[in-house]
Amino acid sequence: MSGHDHDHHHGHDHGHDHGHDHGHDHGPFQPDIEDRPLTHYQAMTEAVADLLVAKGIVTPAELRKMLEIIDSKSPAAGSKMVARAWTDPGFKQRMLEDVIAAAAELDIDAGGIPIKAIENTEGVHNVVVCTLCSCYPRLLIGLPPDWYKARAYRSRVIREPRAVLKEFGTEIPDDVELRVHDSTADLRYLIIPARPKGTEGWSAEKLEALVTRDTMIGVAVPQP
Amino acid sequence: MHRRHHDMGGLPAGPVEQAEHDYAPWEKKVDAIMRLLTDKQRKIMTVDELRRGIEEMGPGIYDELTYYERWIGSVTNTLIEKGVLTVDELGRAMEEAQARHAEAAKAVCP
Repeated sequence: MSGHDHDHHHGHDHGHDHGHDHGHDHGPFQPDIEDRPLTHYQAMTEAVADLLVAKGIVTPAELRKMLEIIDSKSPAAGSKMVARAWTDPGFKQRMLEDVIAAAAELDIDAGGIPIKAIENTEGVHNVVVCTLCSCYPRLLIGLPPDWYKARAYRSRVIREPRAVLKEFGTEIPDDVELRVHDSTADLRYLIIPARPKGTEGWSAEKLEALVTRDTMIGVAVPQP
Repeated sequence: MHRRHHDMGGLPAGPVEQAEHDYAPWEKKVDAIMRLLTDKQRKIMTVDELRRGIEEMGPGIYDELTYYERWIGSVTNTLIEKGVLTVDELGRAMEEAQARHAEAAKAVCP
């Protein structure tokens, strides 16, 4: 939704009689965020959107639709794929060969940029970063969390991954190899976490719940 | 070895701050604008152009701006470079957006 679509906007027809000589008196309450001026970059965002519409480059409907698509993307698609890979070795093989095609089998749109699936095993744990920017398989796991895009994670995880994972509460035993994969604009990664022991016979739904976003980035492992 | 500011892999840094925020509507709008400009139908700009614009911001501004502030800054500069928008149009439209926002804020005053 646009920053201007205030649901509680009731126009100027409400015949209020509060004096206007006091500027903007909000009494003891914190002002709503809408009451502050837009920041420079918020105003720029509104202005660019308005100009693109005015010039006929995008329509308001296209903009609205795109916002809905962005909101609809979540880790659920990735979780579904991983849970299927856990229970269907043929699917896992196809997913390791071609994530986008495997996603299509489940009616999931993984976009057009190549994504490589990497499997965690007993001997190898994998974790994903984008040191240069924020490349991320967002169509499969939603928009990236703040820390994924921030300096600390991008700088440190390739040099001291065990220490960084420990900050996430994830301890990788010393005898397990830790591999870090650096994404680019042309190739993203999705981790297939190792299926936890004791989950044999679980329903797809129950398995999917174990496959959180962080397990598909590799900073966490599924917790049954 | 010297390298550009965005190329930070392996450098020392503090602990990973794990707090997350829900994206604000304007941030999602930036994302939507970028996706529409790069889609097959329009192809007005590319992701590489977005990144180039961000990477050229330089160390001070890169760290000072939030993620989507960097994005909209880069998108806007790219659109100006390509002649899709002019600086004058942008300035006017920003004033209008600000004025519209101020009106809306007045309207919610109890």
